[in-house]
Amino acid sequence: MVKIRIVVCIKQVPGTTEVKIDPRTNNLIREGIENIINPFDSYAIEEAVRIKERLNDEEAEVISITMGPPQSVEVLKDSISVGVDRAILISDKAFAGADTLATATTLVRAINKIGGCKLIILGKQSLDGETGQVGPELAQKMGIPFIGYVSEIMEINKNDMKVKRLMEDRYEIFEVSFPAAISVIKDINIPRVPSLRGKIKAKNASIPAWGLKELGASEDEVGLAGSCTQVLRVFAPKIKRETTMITGTAEEKVEELNKILKELNVV
Amino acid sequence: MNDEVLTINLKERLFLTEEKKDLSDYRGVCVYLETNEGEVADVGFELVSEGRKLADKLGVELSAIAMGKGIKESAMEAFQYGLNKLYLADSTDFSYNLDDIFSETLARLILRYRPEIFLAGATWFGRTLIPRVAAILKTGLSADCTELEIDNEKKVLLQTKPAFGGNILATIITRNARPQMATVRPHVMEKKKVAGEIRDCEDRVEYIKVEPSGFKTDYKLIGIDKNLNESININDYKVIVSGGRGVGGSEKFSTLKELAGLLGGAVGASRAAVDSGWISYPHQIGQTGKTVNPRIYIACGISGAIQHLVGVQSSDIIIAINKDPAAPIFKVADYGIVGDLFEVVPMLIKRIKSGRTLI
Repeated sequence: MVKIRIVVCIKQVPGTTEVKIDPRTNNLIREGIENIINPFDSYAIEEAVRIKERLNDEEAEVISITMGPPQSVEVLKDSISVGVDRAILISDKAFAGADTLATATTLVRAINKIGGCKLIILGKQSLDGETGQVGPELAQKMGIPFIGYVSEIMEINKNDMKVKRLMEDRYEIFEVSFPAAISVIKDINIPRVPSLRGKIKAKNASIPAWGLKELGASEDEVGLAGSCTQVLRVFAPKIKRETTMITGTAEEKVEELNKILKELNVV
Repeated sequence: MNDEVLTINLKERLFLTEEKKDLSDYRGVCVYLETNEGEVADVGFELVSEGRKLADKLGVELSAIAMGKGIKESAMEAFQYGLNKLYLADSTDFSYNLDDIFSETLARLILRYRPEIFLAGATWFGRTLIPRVAAILKTGLSADCTELEIDNEKKVLLQTKPAFGGNILATIITRNARPQMATVRPHVMEKKKVAGEIRDCEDRVEYIKVEPSGFKTDYKLIGIDKNLNESININDYKVIVSGGRGVGGSEKFSTLKELAGLLGGAVGASRAAVDSGWISYPHQIGQTGKTVNPRIYIACGISGAIQHLVGVQSSDIIIAINKDPAAPIFKVADYGIVGDLFEVVPMLIKRIKSGRTLI
């Protein structure tokens, strides 16, 4: 029987957003920062595993992939510990410096090498770059629909699904036939914690690493060479303001606040 | 020129074969006017104002593409913000914003008019639509920019965007490909009408007819639910009264709601309050929620984690009420009150309602 294959695209990111910039080199200081799975991707993994459970374990297969340096294998192991069947690391020096389009190109190569899939699930965006562009870009490259910000998979079977997605001021409900790609928001589920069995499975999992050669990609379509955008510089923002502290008794404070609101014409 | 209607045929999906693009072929600044139910979203006009500045620096024309149904009247307003040319695709095929037919049409229009810069709003729709367009055109795209500039020497677009939860800003350029594409965060650029009376712009409109018959779509919008749980689009409000961990419970948010109501505003929340289940996700402001820039932002019991601050930093006036004098929110506030929000807020409500001075 042909299994329904679900691919989850995940990313390893610095475990904090409190990054500092080296004033000398203008680069991010990454030393001493623990890497974690992109928090939004945890919901993508959980949803893929839940779909597999909904469809009967035997009929679906969940594969996680990540593009990144060799240590990214850790997030793939994390994904196996919570129910992903197998994982593939996409790693090569040539992939470094990729923008979203070059990343999408590389991921599409990997998904094709896997043999394609019915459904691709991604997190809403990454914690570091915050673009959310890889999902729609890879869907476009594959010629498949992309539905972003999915908050619920209402129905799913082997051929299609019904999903609900959140927009700024409304929900939209779509019927989508496979193959398709979606990104999910944190409303969709509460990710499970790994079981002991899952942890052991993750520890023993053998995770293949695919590089440029394995993907049959050319150097000029991946990494920095394949990127149309380039980061010119990074710098720290200034968000400090001149603060006036309102002091006195509670009554005096409220009176002053009321005066300020009056001057602003809202009361 | 306006008698001519350009017909675009969508029968075949657009697939560009690799070719070295002649970058000098691309000229002008183009803005996408996103529409909803016949109205251009405000960010569209903000981008026309911003695009005007960029076009002037480059000495080129500013155009806009509007797609939707029954949008002409609203789209024509863009001329008041300094637009030179409007490409109008007004059709029932565009009555609802859908990624695939919109991206195919937009990509064709961009290929036809070849702007060197293309800007769109980083709305939720824009942030899934525009990457598809960039992928079709095989060009670079930066997301959620908050600052745009022209490099005077190289005449390229400097695209600055926040990353790492707003802890850093990155300036990005697009090399070896055109157009230089960016989505821009709503409410960041200033919408500004240009001087002088604008009349008779009809000859600056070009009508686009789209022939979608045979366009195969793999998904279908089957329902819209505007009944978000007590939902409102907080971005629509000029005043936001926001609560954080210090609020302490869902029933206590009603005090903030009452104050927001009196000020003609909406209620927002920090991630801590949403994660605690006191208020629903559409109210969440910050890195993992919405970015807002009301005239007045009142933060109640919000300590001010950087992830929250990045979502509110472009508010005109920030007022913070917090028990902890060391709370980081005070560093970014214009006015700060150290105090118990359960004392201050109810007293303020009483003060506003009664109109009688307290001292």
